[in-house]
Amino acid sequence: MDLKKLRFTKEHEWVSVNGDIATIGISDYAQKELGDVVYVELPSVGDTIKKGDPCSNIESVKAVSDIYAPISGEVTEVNENLESSPELINQSPYAEGWVFKLKMDDAGELKELMDQPQYEEYLKGILEE
Amino acid sequence: MTMKLPELIFNISKDGKNGYSFSEPEFSDDIMAVDGKYRRTDIENFPQLSEVEIVRHYTNLSHLNHSVDSGFYPLGSCTMKYNPKINEKIAGMEELSAHPYAPLKSVQGNLEIMKNLEEWLTKITGMAAFTLAPAAGAHGEFVGVKIVRQHLAEQGDPRKIILIPDSAHGTNPASAHFSGYETKEIPSNADGIIDVETLKAHLNKDVAALMMTNPNTLGIFEKNIMEIAGVLHANGSLLYMDGANMNAFMGIVKPGDLGVDVLHLNLHKTFSTPHGGGGPGSGPIGVAPHMVKHLPVPIISKKGDEYQVSYFNQGIGRIKNFYGNFLVAVRALVYVMSLGKEHLRKVAEDSVLNANYIRKNLENHLDLPYSSKTLHEVIFSDKGLKVKTLDIAKRLLDFGIHPFTVYFPLIVHGAMMIEPTETESLETLDEFIATMKTVLAEAEENPAKLEQAPYTTPVRRLDEVFAARQLILRWKPSQTEH
Amino acid sequence: MRYFPLTDPDREKILKTLGIKHIKELFSDIPQDKAYYSLDDIPSAVPEDELIKRFQAIARKNTFKDYTSFLGGGAYNHFTPEVVNYLSQKGEFLTPYTPYQPEVSQGSLQAMFEYQTMMTMLTGMDVSNASLYDGGTAAAEGVLLALRKGRKKNTILVARNLHPEYIEIIESYIRDLVEYKIEYVDFKRETGKIDINELEKKICESCAGFIFQSPNFLGVVEDTREISDILHQKNAYSVQVVTEAMSLPFLESPGKNNVDIVVGEAQSFGLPLSYGGPFLGFMAVKEEFIRHMPGRLVGQTVDVDGKRGYVLTLSTREQHIKREKATSNICSNQAWCALKAGIYLSTMGKTGLMKIAKTNHLNTAYFTKEIEKFSHVSIKYKSNFFNEVVLEIKNIPVDDFFKKSEAHHILAGVPLKWFYKDYENAVLVNFTELHKKADIDTFIRAIGELK
Repeated sequence: MDLKKLRFTKEHEWVSVNGDIATIGISDYAQKELGDVVYVELPSVGDTIKKGDPCSNIESVKAVSDIYAPISGEVTEVNENLESSPELINQSPYAEGWVFKLKMDDAGELKELMDQPQYEEYLKGILEE
Repeated sequence: MTMKLPELIFNISKDGKNGYSFSEPEFSDDIMAVDGKYRRTDIENFPQLSEVEIVRHYTNLSHLNHSVDSGFYPLGSCTMKYNPKINEKIAGMEELSAHPYAPLKSVQGNLEIMKNLEEWLTKITGMAAFTLAPAAGAHGEFVGVKIVRQHLAEQGDPRKIILIPDSAHGTNPASAHFSGYETKEIPSNADGIIDVETLKAHLNKDVAALMMTNPNTLGIFEKNIMEIAGVLHANGSLLYMDGANMNAFMGIVKPGDLGVDVLHLNLHKTFSTPHGGGGPGSGPIGVAPHMVKHLPVPIISKKGDEYQVSYFNQGIGRIKNFYGNFLVAVRALVYVMSLGKEHLRKVAEDSVLNANYIRKNLENHLDLPYSSKTLHEVIFSDKGLKVKTLDIAKRLLDFGIHPFTVYFPLIVHGAMMIEPTETESLETLDEFIATMKTVLAEAEENPAKLEQAPYTTPVRRLDEVFAARQLILRWKPSQTEH
Repeated sequence: MRYFPLTDPDREKILKTLGIKHIKELFSDIPQDKAYYSLDDIPSAVPEDELIKRFQAIARKNTFKDYTSFLGGGAYNHFTPEVVNYLSQKGEFLTPYTPYQPEVSQGSLQAMFEYQTMMTMLTGMDVSNASLYDGGTAAAEGVLLALRKGRKKNTILVARNLHPEYIEIIESYIRDLVEYKIEYVDFKRETGKIDINELEKKICESCAGFIFQSPNFLGVVEDTREISDILHQKNAYSVQVVTEAMSLPFLESPGKNNVDIVVGEAQSFGLPLSYGGPFLGFMAVKEEFIRHMPGRLVGQTVDVDGKRGYVLTLSTREQHIKREKATSNICSNQAWCALKAGIYLSTMGKTGLMKIAKTNHLNTAYFTKEIEKFSHVSIKYKSNFFNEVVLEIKNIPVDDFFKKSEAHHILAGVPLKWFYKDYENAVLVNFTELHKKADIDTFIRAIGELK
């Protein structure tokens, strides 16, 4: 996964685009903060979600984190491997640990997200606090 | 130490074993009056054991528990004080264990007990009236916020928001949410308390109330409380006090004198009733005079010599079956009667002395995030330590000491909250302090040792990830001995 | 005083260590005009010998023990084997806290795991939690669970023959959650059972589920399987309440009847009447609800050496982590009561429970049969009950019936006029295994004399 091609949100979700399909997951920072993932609640294929909607959640022993849709669209695929192997999110947050895919309503929404260098800066700011 | 866990009862079970003794039915099955289709013919895999095996099983299980009866248990905000045994004897009196629907004239003693405890609580807290119905602190908070809501609704607008300090216990926002409110967090200042300016900045006409724990979960007295109450009241908002930490100033000051409108107490904390491994508790709610009509039913009153109960009023309705956790209330009443005016104040004084003694002896060994005065519990952070707070806690277990509360409140990094209570001797405190110094020294020289602790407990560190992933929440027949 | 181990020299030593002269200095942040108020209105301390005398005097004002009681209605007088009290009173069970440090709490945790298991066996469900406050609040939590899981659905249907206090509690809980609505389904007076036609009509698009009781408040067994199937056809949840847990070993399990969520009161399993509390709320559910369930859950795991052990799990749903987004605000539960229930259940065992439950029913059936010989009273629902029946008084006002019963030292039952308009002259009568034939015969004779 070429991180440079990803866009990121302030809530540590990443988006990777292929045509009009966006793949969404959580960043390495997010999985580290959560700790060992024990369960992922996936959205359903066919769900319509708007940017900013909580559409999934990821549970560890110490926290449950909502995933907020970084962009709007219709869910086309969910990563069913996460049902039996939630630890994929820890092991490979940008590849095998992808959470769901959606067909984008408006690719323009991507511009509102951070690119990888911007996200790195943003993370630096958080760690300094 | 390799104490094996007792085998699960399901794996000891065998057909033909029997643990009970009771008279045979006096009537034959011929007179059964229920259709076959409704009947059950078996309870699959349900255990059968002999009485001997049951007694051994639970006796051996009991040996695996640390308890207040076996040693120091300084869990912050839990008030793990000694549970007096005379309370148990009186709560066990059969003459008190009436059916809750028994005619009122046949249970005047029970009604007297509840009314007496209510009176004690009003005297101790300065609130106008109490209900003993809520079953626990969180239940009390829920009820208290509902009372706030009804009160404001009757004045035209229930409003939308409850303000909650960032140091608050999780039950506070949860309870507020279940009473239909949104919550907004209000930050503590550098002294660990809420200051008036911060409150004013968060205050508007949408704010129904501030839920404040006093002393707060840092063990610090919210000294701006009276001014805060004034500011809230001027805004048409109310002040709810979470009384979980009442042990710190019971008999010293009354929340009712500080401007509190609604208060809950935890009988299983301040009032010595046993925790029982997680409950039962009791969370009475006390209210200021203008809020009395909102109390939930049932309402106990005295007319002349007779105790009466009212099951309907203008309040928030029923929130618990029957009268609440009555036998917990009995224990609390025995306790306050045992203390009396001569000893009531000593609870707060000795618990505050003990907490400060620990603070003084450890403040050069651990980071103290707040320099404010400590009341009954002291909080340290994990700053500068080579190990995590959890590792220190686990190592303490090897020394027979139950750890302090860990990772709460959230505003202190790696929080260690220590509440010794007043029922500990100086010798116990000295032993704790010495043990802490030993463990902290170990943490410096050999952090790995702590990371693998505990070593001598019946089981060692448990895999919580495995538990959450595998989700084995019950025994199944395929699960045989191990 | 015995609860204060510090001696005066100890206190002096501490003050010296702190570098202060008087304890009051530690309370200096408290408004000084409010602190150290007068304790004049607080009674004097009562020593142990005197305490016992005082409470014996108070207990003498309770006269209920002078009567043979047939009171039921959500609290039941059952036999408790001696081992329950003996074992549960051990300090290692009574005095620890919630098992947040599992390594030193395996006793409590394993006992809870065993209790959870036995509750799933009795209810026929997949998972049970480690207790809720009582049946009424458990019913409210069951309603909230159905609404939460039902996501876009905001209405809950409530049976009118659910225990009236439970209905009150559900109403109190829902009232402030303005996004939710309650609709009621009535019961047929002729049968005492839920009006199935009305139920079918009322299940709408926005109904998350239906909460009902079986055996219901009038003692009648509902057609649970039929109710569950109708609800499932319309994508709604079946939520069954059980107020008399002793019915579980006798009647077909809720699980076999396709119920989704079972909630109720387990006081019958080893807890004394306690004047109403502490009791034992329970909740058992199908697997799909596990992550949405309120209350604590004990799970099995291993330690670093691979040894079997137990921990509280799925805590991320609870208030101390999820805070305002928690599945419930519950923190302290009724753990010690669940321990007692676990000891009771393992002591009675399968054969004990089934036999005791059957005895309850046979005693009730005997009473019902004998009443047939009278014309001035009658049993309203003559079959398909467990251990409670509705006795109708036809010849005298029901208050007179109670007065005359009391003259015979009998508490005849719960007056249904407390709860229902159309049951003015009816009494809910309960029989358990503690009633002997002689007690029942005395009751029947007393009723006979009221002709």
